[in-house]
Amino acid sequence: MTRDVLIQLLYIVAFALFIYGLMGLTGPRTAVRGNWIAATGMGVAVVATLLTPGMGNWWLILLGVAIGTAAGVPAAKRVKMTAMPQMVALFNGVGGGAVALIAWVEFRQSAGFAHEPTYVAVASLFSAIVGSVSFWGSLVAYGKLQEIVASRPVGVGKLQQPLNLALLLVSVGCAAAVVAGADSSWLIAGLLVSAAALGVLVVLPIGGADMPVVISLLNALTGLSAAAMGLALDNTALIVAGMIVGASGTILTNLMAKAMNRTIPAIVAGGFGGGSGTAL
Amino acid sequence: MLVQNLAVLVLAGFVGFAVISKVPNTLHTPLMSGTNAIHGIVLLGGLIVAGLGAQSALDKVLLVIAITFGTINVVGGFLVTDRMLGMFKDRPNRISPDRTKR
Repeated sequence: MTRDVLIQLLYIVAFALFIYGLMGLTGPRTAVRGNWIAATGMGVAVVATLLTPGMGNWWLILLGVAIGTAAGVPAAKRVKMTAMPQMVALFNGVGGGAVALIAWVEFRQSAGFAHEPTYVAVASLFSAIVGSVSFWGSLVAYGKLQEIVASRPVGVGKLQQPLNLALLLVSVGCAAAVVAGADSSWLIAGLLVSAAALGVLVVLPIGGADMPVVISLLNALTGLSAAAMGLALDNTALIVAGMIVGASGTILTNLMAKAMNRTIPAIVAGGFGGGSGTAL
Repeated sequence: MLVQNLAVLVLAGFVGFAVISKVPNTLHTPLMSGTNAIHGIVLLGGLIVAGLGAQSALDKVLLVIAITFGTINVVGGFLVTDRMLGMFKDRPNRISPDRTKR
């Protein structure tokens, strides 16, 4: 009991640091300090989580953290200044990927959420769809900026919009079937694959010039998926940090679009059908 | 439990809206990168699900990948943001005296 209280108190310290750090990040003089304050908050949140009673599988955790650090630090240190946006896209993508993978494991461990409350299933499946869209969308954004994928808009013309809608309906349909009680690994596979295809197809038709706004949008989506995962796992740190990113990311996306004299719907839809409005 | 969590969710949303009111254009990308690092909090989800019991081999593999991804998001995110902001550091000394643009 006391340890649970300690964890919750440390989480509160972590949110306070996140919020204070973010406030710092919005001003030029305080930005560097704000970033490190937020990073300290993350350290506090990680330590608090590791104190959870009954934690085990330490070698799995150590392995993941070690590989992640070994991959993330050099990538962040070596990337050229001009290649920063695609690096952010990649980091955002792996965050979304992590959410989707955790939701998948949750599905497997709970036998299709059979004995879980409905809201756990709904929140987990929402985070699986959004996380998968964010992961694959971010990978395409990375590919375009890195010029692995053609940076000009690539689409399937008039079929684009119906196709995207169909993919969205397939993934939501799979989720609805799981919530209704069907336990089949085909459903979760169908959900993840259709969401992946949706992520790829939504970003592919968008031109390279609009990519920073799209990355910011995907960033906000990953935040929302983290918040949903927090609801499913009953973890306040995930709920608060995820939702703050979801909300501030949406505002920021809007500001970025305005600074380019564009609107978010025009950017996302710009590549869809006509594409005549795409500023390149 | 759900109702309390939903209350926290909504309030956190408003905090997120409130924090980002006015941001100079030059800070858009670092701010995006900073918020990106913060949603690396998903790492905690991986730690909890792995730590509280992953039995099958596939679950273990998936969770190690999830924890790896989460760690990359956190560590890489904060370091990249710091490097971006490093470009702004020498600006006041160098640019304000001769009043170049910005």
